[in-house]
Amino acid sequence: MFYGIDLNTRLMLGTAQYPSPEVLRAAISASDAEVITVSLRREGPGGSGFRDILQDSGCRILPNTAGCHTVREAVTTAHMARELFGTPWIKLEVIGHADTLQPDPFALVEAARILCADGFDVFPYTTEDLIVGEKLIEAGCRVLMPWGAPIGSGQGLRNIGGLRAMRAHFPQVPLVIDAGIGAPSQAMQAMEMGFDAVLLNTAVAKALDPVAMARAFSDAITAGRLAREAGLMPARDMAHASTPVFGMAELLA
Amino acid sequence: MRIDLNGASHETAAPTLADLIVETGIEAAAVATALNGQFVPCAARASTPLTPGAKVELLAPMQGG
Repeated sequence: MFYGIDLNTRLMLGTAQYPSPEVLRAAISASDAEVITVSLRREGPGGSGFRDILQDSGCRILPNTAGCHTVREAVTTAHMARELFGTPWIKLEVIGHADTLQPDPFALVEAARILCADGFDVFPYTTEDLIVGEKLIEAGCRVLMPWGAPIGSGQGLRNIGGLRAMRAHFPQVPLVIDAGIGAPSQAMQAMEMGFDAVLLNTAVAKALDPVAMARAFSDAITAGRLAREAGLMPARDMAHASTPVFGMAELLA
Repeated sequence: MRIDLNGASHETAAPTLADLIVETGIEAAAVATALNGQFVPCAARASTPLTPGAKVELLAPMQGG
């Protein structure tokens, strides 16, 4: 449940870096995503074609504040996005460093507080830090989006233990792994660990065949979610025979 | 007067933000606007005067992750 919205599929797909508008359109369709992320940039040529793709996709739009480094930039961008896309949803990014693209947790919490008070449904791009998560919840966030790894790095879940602790610490809060996912197996792992959704972009957009990769991620995320619901067996240190010993023949002469 | 429009110097006679958008030929509903770093809602554009040196941003939907 994401701000009162139930999603049937748990892949949230970014719309940047595709080789062509046609491939973007086909990848959204193949991904079965119900949520796609977009940004705001200076008006230029070719904008109407992109608007048509958004419209035709039938997806819920999650605008981002990508590239914002200060509270003020992020808040202003969020207001502009709310008017332009007609949605209170905002993927709140306040970047702390231009190279690492690591979120600035202090500015993030402050911006989240301002936006939540102003009626936004904030999806904060954060780290797996539990205290930052608590502060974001206190600020009014009802979803948290911890990174898997740095944006665009494709490293997968870099801090498995920390993410497990976060899942356990916020049992009632929808948690979305946002950023750093490079392969469908990594997205499936996140779902098996109990995360509620995965947001990714580069891994699909930069695949040799983005449409096929969109399908691969969709299937992996569906499988991971099903596995979580089915209940994974606990791992053991030692072997444990699966075939019963009872009824075993004596064949030693 | 000379203003800054989307990061470029721009000469305009438009007295308000709404007039500036008409002057650029951009569809008014296709952009969100900010003046000097502050969001200006669509409904407030006609009552938002431009002054020399004003920094105007006209933003549109773009691909994003």
